[in-house]
Amino acid sequence: MIAPMRMTTTFDEMWGRGTGQSQDAAVPNGSPDGPPEGPPEAPPEGSVNGTPHGADSVLPGIQAARSGRMTQAQVMYQGLRPPYAAFDDWLTGENPARLLRKQHEAEEVFRLTGITFNVYGRAEAAERLIPFDIIPRILSAREWARLARGIEQRVRAINAFLHDIYHRQEIVRAGRLPAEMIARNAAFLPQMIGVEPPGGVYTHIVGIDLVRTGEDEFFVLEDNARTPSGVSYMLENRETMLQMFPELFARNRVRPVSNYPLNLRRSLAACAPRATKGDPVVAVLTPGLYNSAYYEHSFLADKMGVELVEGHDLRVMDGRVAMRTTQGYKPIDVLYRRVDDDFLDPLNFNADSGLGVPGLFDIYRAGGITIANAPGTGIADDKAIYSYMPDIVRFYTGEAPILQNVPTWRCNDPSALSYVLDNLHDLVVKEVHGSGGYGMLVGPTSNKKEIAAFRDKLLANPANYIAQPTLALSTVPIFTRAGLAPRHVDLRPYVLVSPDGVTITPGGLTRVALKKGSLVVNSSQGGGTKDTWVLEE
Amino acid sequence: MLGKTANGLYWMFRYLERSENTARLMAAGQRIALTRSHADDEWASVLETTATLGPYRARHGEVTRDNAIHWMLCDRDNASSVLAVVESARNNARLVRTALTREVWESVNESWMILRNLLSQRVGERELPAVLTVIRNRSAHVRGAFAGTMLRNDIYNFARLGTFIERADNTARLLDVKSYVLLPSAHAVGSSLDNVQWETILRSVSAEGAYRMTYGQDVRARNIAQFLILDRRMPRSLAFSVGKLVDNFGFLADAYGTLPPSGKKAAALQTGFASASVDGLLDSGLHEFVQGFLRDIADLGAQAEVDYRFYD
Repeated sequence: MIAPMRMTTTFDEMWGRGTGQSQDAAVPNGSPDGPPEGPPEAPPEGSVNGTPHGADSVLPGIQAARSGRMTQAQVMYQGLRPPYAAFDDWLTGENPARLLRKQHEAEEVFRLTGITFNVYGRAEAAERLIPFDIIPRILSAREWARLARGIEQRVRAINAFLHDIYHRQEIVRAGRLPAEMIARNAAFLPQMIGVEPPGGVYTHIVGIDLVRTGEDEFFVLEDNARTPSGVSYMLENRETMLQMFPELFARNRVRPVSNYPLNLRRSLAACAPRATKGDPVVAVLTPGLYNSAYYEHSFLADKMGVELVEGHDLRVMDGRVAMRTTQGYKPIDVLYRRVDDDFLDPLNFNADSGLGVPGLFDIYRAGGITIANAPGTGIADDKAIYSYMPDIVRFYTGEAPILQNVPTWRCNDPSALSYVLDNLHDLVVKEVHGSGGYGMLVGPTSNKKEIAAFRDKLLANPANYIAQPTLALSTVPIFTRAGLAPRHVDLRPYVLVSPDGVTITPGGLTRVALKKGSLVVNSSQGGGTKDTWVLEE
Repeated sequence: MLGKTANGLYWMFRYLERSENTARLMAAGQRIALTRSHADDEWASVLETTATLGPYRARHGEVTRDNAIHWMLCDRDNASSVLAVVESARNNARLVRTALTREVWESVNESWMILRNLLSQRVGERELPAVLTVIRNRSAHVRGAFAGTMLRNDIYNFARLGTFIERADNTARLLDVKSYVLLPSAHAVGSSLDNVQWETILRSVSAEGAYRMTYGQDVRARNIAQFLILDRRMPRSLAFSVGKLVDNFGFLADAYGTLPPSGKKAAALQTGFASASVDGLLDSGLHEFVQGFLRDIADLGAQAEVDYRFYD
């Protein structure tokens, strides 16, 4: 386990490592226990507020180019990184006023398209836009190739892990994972024991959240193995960029992302129950119009050319799950559900659910329908399991993990606990099953009194906590009135799994903390998104 | 297609049609109110045509111009206000987003954004004509995107059923509320209608020009009744609307292989129109005829909901 890092410089993906003094300590802080639906999850509020920020001077780029003077910022950074060369060349020739206009135009496009997320409990601003920044995040072919290998390895391991956990539990027998991590875990779904999902796939769609700290330093923050959201933003961001800056795509050879819906449908269809005859009938199950991610549900159904259904459109008939059409009930083969496990089937899970389909799970167990992702996959992205992921990858693939985990101290281990207690001021301490940033300590931004109070809580129930070091998250410039300015980002690539293989869309969703110095990329707290480019060789 | 989707399309287009009809009624109402000493009577008549006079009185009591305008445009207590129906249309569009082209969706969404902004505060009398024009233009915009980009399949047919059931209902209500103008003395051969009154009726369905093309300057109750009830060329007449309903039930029957009871009801209505004469209708009582028609249209809509499994 590596020592906690107290980075004094931040890696900017356009301009390289800062060489000045920066206090940009960041807190990697996924929240796998948070609601999997809704706007992409992000470090919750409170975890990072008040983090000191240094690298906030205006970056080189159009501002410096137009004024003809060197800014202090230019002295601080190493120099333009190669993936951004063609982009910077274009940017230098651009008029900032035009770009500002384009930024506003982009917002109009999003508003018109209706790419919104719903905010619960507010009648007026019930639908909000996620801000979009026009400066793309650019990854080279080499960077992506390595990431993609790491992602595929991790996703294969997750699927093997899920199959094992719901069957023989070899990993527990081998002593690589304590039995209580499964048995006493709320994310473990006993109903799934012994169930064979069609095609052997558990996580058909995965979103791996990554952060970067340097040239080749990527960390997995969390594995979203339930119902990852946000892919519609990835697609619409690209559409918008193509519409606004077609000339950029003539200068840069950017790998397309638009195949995602087609690949998704193919991938889902390939997982249809064996008894399926002809072209499998696929449907997307949504909680409904007022769900925060409703736009995405309808977007994906639309782009795949399949029906968007709610629980009350479905019923169990003759051993199948069927949807009510204008011409009677029609059986479904594959259900891409965007409803949590608990709400899938009131007969088998939460009896109070009005969203689900009574008896759905019985049909699933009998092999009459594919549910994507399979129920019970939450055990793979649980915060407590996360710390075992390097072992899980090794156990099922026989290889060393390509992507790093953020080092995690499990406080139930006495030596780890003693280390954590000695280093509280440098660490982030989280509740194992907590979510939304509650009950956590961010050492670097807490005062002595807060740390002392937390120490008592930690000592009272060590097994309830894990600790992680602070990381210096990379930045990517955003466009502001004053020119380019560095902001922290994360990345969620989208991965499809079927018996035919693993498909990773080049790029993914980049979320960016638009507030100066902030690490909160969550859309409900001032976070925005960017188009993410992976360049061809 | 999902039954829920058919339902959403049907209501989306009923609501869009309603927003446009209300705007038209208000424009005609404002115009006639300006020429009258008892202007508020005219607003009461408009409210009656939108079938909201009762709820209005319960909420506001006396009919005044300003309250009536506010009520029909954006009063939160009126589920049929323009703002409310545009919002409902847009919500239904979100519900059936997968059945719409991007252009239709964006047009509806943009309409909602524009009107929500425009109707966020009380509209004064001076701004009213411009606001009503925007409402009608937005409706035309959606219809244009719809006609120009949608596949002619069952999706299209359910949208059209909604449009024409709403339109038939609206024209029938207008005839009913204004029947006192058309009856009984007006029926007397040769009598000419009060200029302003007939103009209101025709304006309310944007048909002044069309009427003139058909009948010249000769404005008679009989002709107006013929025009709005039986003329199959007039796009807001009852016969035209029923004809479109029959067509769309027919296309659905072609696609689904069966004509359900609602389709048969529409066909029966059409047969009735084919053998009807305007003199006969006026003799046996316009009010009774229109009341009967409103019932038939409501039954037909309810039957379609059952036939095509709109609900569980």
